[in-house]
Amino acid sequence: MSTRTKPAATAFDEAAARIKRRRLLTTWAVTIVAMVLLTVWLMPLGYAGVTSLKTRDQATEPPILPTATAKYEYEGREYDVYQVPIDDGVRELALVDKGRESSGFIDPADPEAGIIEWEGRWRTLEPVRSLNFAWGNYPEAWETIDFPSLLFWTVFYATVTLIGAVISSAFVAYGFARYKFRGKGVLFMVLMATIILPPAVTQVPAYAFFTWIGWTGTWLPLVVPQFFANAYNVFLLRQYFLTIPGEMEQAAAVDGAGPLRTMLSVILPQAVPALTAVSLFHFFFAWNDFFGPLIYLVSARDLQPISVGLTLFNGVYNTEPQLIMAASFITLVIPLVIFFFAQRVFIQGIVITGVDK
Amino acid sequence: MTDTAVSKRSQNRAQRKQDRQLGYGPLERKRARYGWWFISPWIIGFFLFYLLPMAASAFFSTLDFQLATPDEATFIGGGNWRRALFNDPSVWRAWVVTLRFALINLPLGLIVAFGLALLLNSDYLRGRNLFRTLFYAPSIVPFIAATLIFDQVLNSQTGWVNRFLDWMGVNAIGVDGIRWFDDPTLIPLTFTLLGIWGVGNAILINLAGLQGVPTSLYESAAIDGAGWWRRMLTITVPMVSPVIFYNLVLGLVGLLQYFLQPFVLNGTTGYPEGATNFYMIYFYKQAFQFAEMGYGATLAWILFIVALVLTIITFGTARYWVYYSVDEV
Repeated sequence: MSTRTKPAATAFDEAAARIKRRRLLTTWAVTIVAMVLLTVWLMPLGYAGVTSLKTRDQATEPPILPTATAKYEYEGREYDVYQVPIDDGVRELALVDKGRESSGFIDPADPEAGIIEWEGRWRTLEPVRSLNFAWGNYPEAWETIDFPSLLFWTVFYATVTLIGAVISSAFVAYGFARYKFRGKGVLFMVLMATIILPPAVTQVPAYAFFTWIGWTGTWLPLVVPQFFANAYNVFLLRQYFLTIPGEMEQAAAVDGAGPLRTMLSVILPQAVPALTAVSLFHFFFAWNDFFGPLIYLVSARDLQPISVGLTLFNGVYNTEPQLIMAASFITLVIPLVIFFFAQRVFIQGIVITGVDK
Repeated sequence: MTDTAVSKRSQNRAQRKQDRQLGYGPLERKRARYGWWFISPWIIGFFLFYLLPMAASAFFSTLDFQLATPDEATFIGGGNWRRALFNDPSVWRAWVVTLRFALINLPLGLIVAFGLALLLNSDYLRGRNLFRTLFYAPSIVPFIAATLIFDQVLNSQTGWVNRFLDWMGVNAIGVDGIRWFDDPTLIPLTFTLLGIWGVGNAILINLAGLQGVPTSLYESAAIDGAGWWRRMLTITVPMVSPVIFYNLVLGLVGLLQYFLQPFVLNGTTGYPEGATNFYMIYFYKQAFQFAEMGYGATLAWILFIVALVLTIITFGTARYWVYYSVDEV
């Protein structure tokens, strides 16, 4: 008996091992493909980071990293360092005495040794390049573009409209989630339809009106309308409110809490994840918002947010790529840091809006 | 008061609530009033910032109205509409530019988002969560920063893309090279690459869709001997098609209003040869640079009508290719 089962078991083991090997191979292949794609995907970020640390000349030169020819200071003067094939190897030496057929070098590691003579043409030698980061680009970009002002107004816009949009949307969402009234279905459809309505169709008369009452050149036309809820936020919050069981609200109502109290003290504390997601969306939206700030603040330079300020900066400094990259990097750091800290809530929010429709 | 008392009461309330749904008594009217009260911010906002301006916009479109001289505004009936539709070739050219871009950008964007979602959903991928985060991260980069970065990365002389292609042996740098921002025929592709970082949301929604496909379907298909491609085409794609549809509609509406990227790079010049004269750029020029309120409002209404028609057409095609499982309908 045992002699008959044994070969079958080995065959089975072999098959299992083969499947295991194949799985391992596929795992490696898929992961490597993903890594290559990710490198390509993030390459522009790498470009921005590296270029923001280059000098004006290095920014357009082929070497990927910001490098400069190495210098060595000897007796009060600066000399270039070259790779010199001398004796039994290549040494890095500073060229102090340029000659046609032979030159004099100094060893930076041992300047006391005096001048080393080398037979050959120095022009054929490779200069030694060393990394040097132009950190100064950041303060320069910071000051030329007046970042403190741009940042202040961007954060101001993001936070003030965030408060307005999230609170108003929470009320509207609660109304749609918990109350029955005639025409609710139609109203909700209308609300959702505003998502595909191009803002342009309301912008012209709004602009004329705000100009008429003297609001152009201020933040008011951009901030005030945000206090009246918007479809994305309402939708997401409503979906979340619908998942909260109604018992606690009923209990609160029995205890004599009015609808407002009930919403504020029973529903909102339970909806923190959804409120956070909506707040994050709004924050990133405000950080990106462009058309509105452009038309209302184009002439009010002191009030512009980053999106508009950076556009003007790009127009003026387009011959200074390293400064533009430094400015871009400063601009993207804050949202990116916030994202990395809050990614779970944020990603769940996107999935809710996208999948539930 | 004990917990049981509360739950009993709430049970009773739930019972009464059910009874109430059949009729419409004074209590219901009171609750309905609260409902209206809660949604009132949106109702007010909708009248003030949607309905009223839209009506005003329609009215403006019948006026010859310069913002600088509001007193001289005159009623010209369909004059603006005739001008936009028949006498202003720039309008049509702007639509050609915009729609051509949408035709290239939409499919590429959808494919990239779907493909990356497949990869990030693969059981074979090690470190999936890290990959997901890192692929999504560039979507957070503000558009303005992403535009300026890609402007340099795709620079025909010094950009890394052309340098890499050159290193690979493609003649990319120079006058005969790939001039991303100077060649009108390349512009749609260039701007598609410029926006490719923004597919993060579409990836995530696709991922959620992929995770929602019941594994039993794959199992039975595997038993029937269906290969990877066959399972992809007969199970995965149909099951995820509602998500693709959602991305398509939002992408379409967004692309019709494409503005920031071309404006940041070329202002309203349309360089090269009008290839970046997107519809919103032209609208901005007329409405806000020339302050032509009447003509601007007309252009905005045309945009609205086009967006509406294209959305309706897209919804109309849905029943031919979007699969909704029975319980959802």
